[in-house]
Amino acid sequence: MTGAGAGRGRSPAAPPPVFLERQSYRRRRLIDAARLLPILGATLFAIPLLWPRGQGEGVDPVPTSSASLYIFSVWAGLIVLSGLFGYLARGQERSDDGSSGGSSDGNGGGAGEPGDV
Amino acid sequence: MATVNVLIVVSLVYVAFLFAVAFIADRLAATGRSTWLRTPLVYTLSLSIYCTAWTFYGAVGYAARSGLEFVTIYLGPTLVMVGWWWGLRKLVRIGRSQRVTSIADLISSRYGKSNTLAIGVTVLAVLGVTPYIALQLQSITLSFSNFFEGQQVAHYNDTRMVLWVAAGLAIFAILFGTRNLDANERHHGVVTAVAVEAVVKLVALLAVGIFVVWGLAGGVGETLARIDESRIGTWQVDASRWAAITFLSAAAFVTLPRMFQVMVVENDDERHLRTAAWAFPLYMLLISLFVVPIAAVGLELMPEGANPDMFVLTLPLSQGREGLAMLSFLGGFSSATSMVIVAAMALSTMVSNHIVMPIWLSRRGGGASVSGDVRHLVLISRRIAIGVIMALGYFYFELSGGGAALATIGLVSFTGVAQILPALVGGLFWRGATRAGALAGLGTGFALWVYTLLLPGIGGGLVPESLLSQGLFGIGWLRPQALFGIEGLDPTVHAVMWSMALNTAAFCIVSLLSFPGPLERLQGAQFVNVFEHSAGPRGWTGSVAQSEDLMIMSQRIMGAGEAQDFFRREAQMQGVRGNLPEPTPAFLERLERKLAGSVGAATAHAMIGQIVGGSSVSVEDLLAVADESAQLLEYSSRLEAKSAELARTARKLQEANEKLTQISRQKDAFLSQISHELRTPMTSIRAFSEILRDTEGLSAEEKTRYAAIIHDETLRLTRLLNDLLDLSVLENGEVTLNMSTGALRDVLDRAVATALTGVERPLKVNRRRANEGIIVHSDLDRLAQVFINLISNAAKYCDAEKPELSISVHDLNGQVTVDFLDNGSGVPPEARAMVFEKFARVGSDQAGGAGLGLAICREIMHRLGGEVTYLSGQKGGAFRVTLTSAREKVAAQ
Repeated sequence: MTGAGAGRGRSPAAPPPVFLERQSYRRRRLIDAARLLPILGATLFAIPLLWPRGQGEGVDPVPTSSASLYIFSVWAGLIVLSGLFGYLARGQERSDDGSSGGSSDGNGGGAGEPGDV
Repeated sequence: MATVNVLIVVSLVYVAFLFAVAFIADRLAATGRSTWLRTPLVYTLSLSIYCTAWTFYGAVGYAARSGLEFVTIYLGPTLVMVGWWWGLRKLVRIGRSQRVTSIADLISSRYGKSNTLAIGVTVLAVLGVTPYIALQLQSITLSFSNFFEGQQVAHYNDTRMVLWVAAGLAIFAILFGTRNLDANERHHGVVTAVAVEAVVKLVALLAVGIFVVWGLAGGVGETLARIDESRIGTWQVDASRWAAITFLSAAAFVTLPRMFQVMVVENDDERHLRTAAWAFPLYMLLISLFVVPIAAVGLELMPEGANPDMFVLTLPLSQGREGLAMLSFLGGFSSATSMVIVAAMALSTMVSNHIVMPIWLSRRGGGASVSGDVRHLVLISRRIAIGVIMALGYFYFELSGGGAALATIGLVSFTGVAQILPALVGGLFWRGATRAGALAGLGTGFALWVYTLLLPGIGGGLVPESLLSQGLFGIGWLRPQALFGIEGLDPTVHAVMWSMALNTAAFCIVSLLSFPGPLERLQGAQFVNVFEHSAGPRGWTGSVAQSEDLMIMSQRIMGAGEAQDFFRREAQMQGVRGNLPEPTPAFLERLERKLAGSVGAATAHAMIGQIVGGSSVSVEDLLAVADESAQLLEYSSRLEAKSAELARTARKLQEANEKLTQISRQKDAFLSQISHELRTPMTSIRAFSEILRDTEGLSAEEKTRYAAIIHDETLRLTRLLNDLLDLSVLENGEVTLNMSTGALRDVLDRAVATALTGVERPLKVNRRRANEGIIVHSDLDRLAQVFINLISNAAKYCDAEKPELSISVHDLNGQVTVDFLDNGSGVPPEARAMVFEKFARVGSDQAGGAGLGLAICREIMHRLGGEVTYLSGQKGGAFRVTLTSAREKVAAQ
């Protein structure tokens, strides 16, 4: 019985198509953006490492108030973006689950993931 | 000032309130009315057990000492949550599809269900989390004593306080974490209580923050100016610490047992992650928003030498804000209690599943078909584990004297559990990660953590001073805080860097060099490609498994009712009559998953392995692992499925054939039997009537005696013919039923009385009359006939020295079952299929009767809409009568 299930998802006769329809394409790029988000966050949070600290000669150390402002702004920005991506990608899990059940829109979602990304 | 009593009463009332919340949530979940309990909001709030008392009190202290560095503790988890597409989604999917019960279970499951690894992770987790629990106890105690500063309080004593707190938390955790053994390991009550506590601590911290900014400092602008003037007014964060602690907190966020518990095990719906991805970072942002202002204002207003760890509490107190201080106290109390409860629960699950159960199983030795209820054992071991863990926390507190700054202890703990990270991440993303690699990595990381951070941290009596300054055996480059001669690093950064780097290196190198076993490779493929494999691993070829042994074992773990239900459903799915399904691989795999929910993957695997006789991986799975072409795979699996189907059909045919031959043989035997039965009375009737007719001069007594013999023989003939007639009427469906309503108890009373009159050997009948009050709607005379038959069968055939019969009645949602269990040797397995057939008799005819009784019973029950079956898996003879209760009948009409 597993043979039948596995066979339907990836039948050897039909390899995944090279081109996707526009909607699926957009959705995958959205996921890409969501995946880049933590990298962006890590980079922005690493910027304080470059700030001068302590008592250098002729260099003013960054005051804590500005530092807080920067960190909390980046933080809030990440939260907003994360919420936005989550909202836009809310149909995504369903089509991922579709690889095990019946996928609604042909071969969107995870069926051909490794080859395509 | 608040008195001791007020404070204690408030705490107790608060705890009672939490009890109520948890209790109601459990109730709602049990009745299925808990949709709001499964919202993303509750999930997000439950994640907040990440914010412990360390956050609540310690963050301000941390900020007062090192400025903005405290924020790294939250930046790491924020990045993990925001990046949920990378890791958490996969983790949660795997956790749900493999029914993982803890992080140790996940690791062991990934690396071929290895119990050694599970034990390693469990030990590491217990060692890593114990200081953390001690930290919570300390913070509760500190907050109490801060309230009483300057007061003369009789009978107050820190040590005794800690003891009480620890005992109270242990009781709460035991009450709600180990009430039942759920197949999914979910605890709605605890999660809801944790969510409520999350709100309390957020509100408390925000209230103190708002009071400080607008009440004390006089607005946002003023506050920022005050911050810049304070001791922490400039950016002085050490770069290496900033990066290392961010990484560390991200790692610990995933690997902490309590986080794993709420994030993966308690997760109801994968989509909750999408909400939590922004909501939980928001929660952490709000929690840390006012930390720096409180620290700065606290440093300014509080006297020199005041403990900054307690500013959240002491600042409102010093301003005479009793109510606010009380709220803040409750917030800290919430943070500590929720963390301790969930951590103790998670750890106890690990300890019982991976240490207690395997030891117990191996000590039993004689296989998994054991006596005694294993569920009870699991629950008891979890309860004891919770007690022991809390005791460890208490002793750590006593040992360390509770002096060190809160943040330091927290970081030691984080570094410990973070050692699981390479094995975890490698297991999720790299097919080549092996068990040996994971063991090597964990071992290396663990050793380095103990050597570079834990021992120097405890310091004092445990480690000689010379070790710190001169290194192990006096070798300079082995100094715990300057390995390989690299000096000047911060101790935490040093420990994190070396332990994680060498851990990862050992993990990768050993993985590359070693070769995984088949089960490991199979599980590896399942984990790494979880989104493509929807089916679970298939590890059993069960041709030798004995369904009955499996049944006996499952009853011990899942409970009799649930196990029988599960087996019956499986049997129905396979189209097999009766209660025992064929031990197909698919069935064994489902059974293993089901058991894994109660006792963990490795244990469940071992238990089934003991019965099935060694695990094996099917050809199909090996092909999948070897990445053979999809065509070959499909073809071979189709062949395999077909051959299995053929084998099953052949077996069924064989069974049917055997049954037919047996029936034909029985019929022949019956014909000769029936002629014999008919001839014997006939002969004596003829003989005696001839005597009566021909003999002269018989005395009146003799005449009466001969006439009585003829009468008796006629009665016997009539009875036999009646039985035959009864059966044929029943079989042809011509019977009229006299339906009436009555209590089962009365029917049983009548049946027992009738069946036991005139039996040769006394039969002791055990009944529980309280259960027998069920009202049934049926033909009560016919029902009594069935009962009489079963009871007199027991009286006739039970071969025990002192025959006993237990009659037990159960009502399972309208299905009434009446079980007749005797203490004899029961029906031999080969005869079970036949007992309900006409003319069937077990063994030689020693007790008379034509073998029609059970056949009549079966027909009667069939007409009455119930059934009578033979129960396998019991010690003696066991028959079960199933019928519907009157309530159901009415509803059905």
